[in-house]
Amino acid sequence: MLRTRGWIHAWLLLSPAFVFLIAFTHYPALTTLWNSFFTTPRGRRPRRWAGLDNYDTLIADPVFWKVLGNNLIYALGTIPLSIVIALAMALWVNRQFTGRSFVRMAYFTPTVLPMIAVANIWMFFYTPGFGLIDQIGSALGFGQTNILGSADSALYGVMAVTIWKEAGFFMIFYLAALQTIPVSLTEAARIEGAGSWTILRRVTLPLLMPTTLFVSINAVVNSFRMVDHIFILTGGGPDNASSLLLFYIYEVAFRFWDTAYAATLTVVVLIFLMGLAIGQFFLFDRKVHYR
Amino acid sequence: MTLDRLFNTVAAWALALLWVLPLAYAVWTAFHPAAYEARFDLFAPLTLENFAKAWAAAPFRRYFLNTFILVTVILLGQLLLCTLAAYAFARYQFPGRGILFALVLVQLLIMPDILIVENYKAIRALDLVDTIPAIALPYIASGFGIFLLRQTFMSVPKELEEAAQVEGMSSLGILLKIYVPLAVPTYLAYGLVSVSHHWNNFLWPLIITNSVETRPVTVGLSIFSSIDSGVEWSVINAATLMTSGPLLLAFLLFQRQFVQSFMRAGIK
Repeated sequence: MLRTRGWIHAWLLLSPAFVFLIAFTHYPALTTLWNSFFTTPRGRRPRRWAGLDNYDTLIADPVFWKVLGNNLIYALGTIPLSIVIALAMALWVNRQFTGRSFVRMAYFTPTVLPMIAVANIWMFFYTPGFGLIDQIGSALGFGQTNILGSADSALYGVMAVTIWKEAGFFMIFYLAALQTIPVSLTEAARIEGAGSWTILRRVTLPLLMPTTLFVSINAVVNSFRMVDHIFILTGGGPDNASSLLLFYIYEVAFRFWDTAYAATLTVVVLIFLMGLAIGQFFLFDRKVHYR
Repeated sequence: MTLDRLFNTVAAWALALLWVLPLAYAVWTAFHPAAYEARFDLFAPLTLENFAKAWAAAPFRRYFLNTFILVTVILLGQLLLCTLAAYAFARYQFPGRGILFALVLVQLLIMPDILIVENYKAIRALDLVDTIPAIALPYIASGFGIFLLRQTFMSVPKELEEAAQVEGMSSLGILLKIYVPLAVPTYLAYGLVSVSHHWNNFLWPLIITNSVETRPVTVGLSIFSSIDSGVEWSVINAATLMTSGPLLLAFLLFQRQFVQSFMRAGIK
């Protein structure tokens, strides 16, 4: 009797949060999958069962493959680099030196800015002719560049912005982790005659593994989730050279109003994220060194 | 050894200077007349004219009000719902606990940000398109918040609760009088992260709003700076700094607390 009352209390406490969680996360995730098997209703024509038609379209859609490839390059290019930079930042800022608080502030400030503001700032930086990059370039005798305007470099221009914004954010997590490493460990290694590089490689980095895992997962999720800067910097162009999956989903759903195909594209993102969840659960957790 | 130290300090400074460069350049142009936006001159006259122009050229006052309402509504909703749910997970045994908690964790990976198509349909069905509640609704229940508060609540000594029970305090009383006060640092950390996150959010508000009365500053800024009406770069930079100004100012003033709360929010 008392026990069931406890159950009811708990369920009542959970219900408000779950109404919203289910309504805006779990249920839409399921209807996304369901809707990918239908056609988009247009005007007076209601939707009808389409089977795997949308998936056939997907496989035959060159833009989808382009955007998927972009997203992979984007993830592989930004994640390892921002993690390495974040780690270096954290190791530097964790020591005592002149101007430490300024340096830490410089690293972290981009994190506080809205991505839209960041994109505006970099847009100006990149502007052909009088952006700072071209000004420095012309002073050194290089010609005019158009990083965001050419298909070869637009994606890399966008990636630089992402690294700039994310490295400082990840630095914070490494800083937090570094402060939990007992000094006695590094001291002991030093007495044993280990150099700084060996200590970093054999003591510090293994102890930072859980943080690296946490940060990596965060970074992967962000690489699917964060497309704000693309709106300002390139609009996905030229010719989809810098478009990412979520940006393409936005275009398909809210510019071409093909919601069924947008749902199909969303399923692809959901599959990636589910793969990540499963991978995290079964694979990484065992390989990570826990204290 | 000292050479090693010197190298590290120099490298740390070099990276820091490289990192502030884009922002410093934007600040420089925003505070100087448009004529100097492509010409670096240390003695160029300072001016606030660009800010005045930007403020007059778009309804930023309204955008700020909208963002302020938005982050407040989201934060209050999140604090309430997450507190209740976290308390249930931390202190109750009940059937379905494991599965329900797993469903909460799902939201750490599959965020509403990705489900824009279906959430737009849901908001349209509720007839809430182009309202501030529509921007807030998908974020009101936060898996991250529930997780964070549960961790904090679980570290509260059980004896405190048992003592209160002996004195005849109700469950809700225990939550409010014992758990919530002990979790204030977590609330603060979560609050800062939530406010800065939703102040900066863009894609969902862009989709769901289409009038001045509902647009937050991020969407307002993107409209202001994307129109090819020949708005001067110095004015755009001023608008950019203005929209991130309150957060940037808060960050500079409370730098230590900010960094610590981000750290606290990140420690699992």
